Amino acid sequence: MTTLRTESLSYTTPQGRALLHDITLGAADGETVGLVGPNGSGKTTLLRCVYAALRPTAGRVLLDGADLHALPVKARARRIATVPQDADAGSIELSVHEIVAMGRSPHHRFWEADTTADHALVREALARVGIADLAGRPFPSLSGGERQRALVARALVQQPDVVVLDEPTNHLDIRYQLEVLSLVRELGTVNLLALHDLNLAAYYCDRICVLAGGRVVASGPPADVLTADLLAEVYGVNAEVSVHPVTGAPTVVYLPPSGTRVPPAPGLPTS
Amino acid sequence: MTTRSRYPLVLVGLALVLLAAAVAGLALGSVRIPTGQVLAIVTGRAEPSPYRTIVLEVRAPRVVLGAVTGAGLAVIGTVLQALVRNPLADPFLLGVSSGASAGAVAVIVLGIGAGVATTVALPAAAFAGALAALVLVYALARRAGSMTGGRLVLAGVAVSYVLSALTSLILVTSASAEHAQEVLHWTLGGLGGARWDMLALPAVALVLGTLVLIALARPLDLLLVGEEGAGVLGLDTGRFRAGVFVLASLLTGVLVAYTGAIGFVGLMVPHAARLVVGAAHRTLLPVVALGGAAFLVLADLAARTVAAPQDIPVGVLTALTGGPFFLWMLRGRGTRAEGGPA
Repeated sequence: MTTLRTESLSYTTPQGRALLHDITLGAADGETVGLVGPNGSGKTTLLRCVYAALRPTAGRVLLDGADLHALPVKARARRIATVPQDADAGSIELSVHEIVAMGRSPHHRFWEADTTADHALVREALARVGIADLAGRPFPSLSGGERQRALVARALVQQPDVVVLDEPTNHLDIRYQLEVLSLVRELGTVNLLALHDLNLAAYYCDRICVLAGGRVVASGPPADVLTADLLAEVYGVNAEVSVHPVTGAPTVVYLPPSGTRVPPAPGLPTS
Repeated sequence: MTTRSRYPLVLVGLALVLLAAAVAGLALGSVRIPTGQVLAIVTGRAEPSPYRTIVLEVRAPRVVLGAVTGAGLAVIGTVLQALVRNPLADPFLLGVSSGASAGAVAVIVLGIGAGVATTVALPAAAFAGALAALVLVYALARRAGSMTGGRLVLAGVAVSYVLSALTSLILVTSASAEHAQEVLHWTLGGLGGARWDMLALPAVALVLGTLVLIALARPLDLLLVGEEGAGVLGLDTGRFRAGVFVLASLLTGVLVAYTGAIGFVGLMVPHAARLVVGAAHRTLLPVVALGGAAFLVLADLAARTVAAPQDIPVGVLTALTGGPFFLWMLRGRGTRAEGGPA
């Protein structure tokens, strides 16, 4: 049983810009919590605090009740895996297999080589995200979507209790967006993910937490949180929210500014 | 995987190249000695002769120092590239070698610890100079947590120039005219002063240092995905980086204390090796060490034969080949060298 909780978490940059204010949220085993909000609302900053790349300037992140930032780096890495937003490859070439195998690092002493079992885990994870055939390719030669899936595979072999994903579907085709999110849900881990796409968030998350200006403005099951009023307030858009007949999840349709229709393209003959 | 199956072949091939380079290094020079005779001398089957003295007392220590230095510089280059996450890093370009030279020269000219103490004082001062230069360049290049290739190279070149100038200044203003002639040796590097009695420390440092770094292959690999990426994969990057900085400076100091600042070996060899066996350090470092050894032995052979009987400092030759290579890398990889987290 794993519980993840942020407790009155705030973060202010060394330059004095306050990016997060008093964030309290929690998630337990098997729960997928989506962070949504406009650009600059603090989603990535909050995630970085949770995977301890940033130290909160106030408040704490608690994993099973213990302060996450007090854990040794390696012990923390055995429990929390991260799928970063920017799947840039860096400048030095490693193969996809080697990048994914890095997920085994927190389970080994630093001088130990990967075992046959580790390599089997890597192959299994690559097959699970559908890129088994790319194992030997240099990581930088992959497309954005393939890299994203390789990084999800890396999180899989890390065998964590918590997976933190920052825009995991950013570079993916629709088909892989659905596959990756389904995969994440099947893990049985506590998942905390930032998502841009509200419909994906509504369908795949148990709870949604809406951030604006570094504060939580709404939090709860998608059907309670995703309302036309909230979308107008937070995103400044008109939208219609209905329950989709097939998925049963709230579905957002964005509308053009009130009363307008999509104007015809200029310069085209009208007849 | 094809890379994996041909890996032993690469190692054996490089070992053979190194062996051939060493034999050539013993046979060729101002006096050409037949290969058969060289082999007889090396295997102890030859009568005492002037040839025997030339091979065993003059050329052999030089070949060994070349191999040790070449391997060491190439290994240091590889590790620095991982530490700063930039393929343009090299002990010479980052000013580390110049720092070591400045330290060594200060000890020699100021006459700190004559005689036996020199064997300790010289490499110790070179180590201190190397570490100071590396820390300085790293601090200059790193701003607000990020480091670009351009800043790194600029900071390295600037620090390197200042320290080379300092070395020259110390030598030229010292009372002895003999010191002034050493400017070239310390700022460009050469293997001319090799003697058996100076080889133990560099050789032991090389072997131990390389073994430790191969053992550290996993965290070195993790550095390639960036500080944040390495952290979430369980590496305490701050502590690890500091430790490897010290180790790389130590190794640089011990080598440069005897050879001066030989450039670009640490740039070219790791780059070529990565193209052949990939970037994973466990397999990369042995290849880099063998390749660096063979490269510098061959370069030194060229340095003392192309203009014989003139003995060109080997650093002149490595700079002649390394400079254009560096420009080519800068051009080809300019956009990629900035890197980001993976």
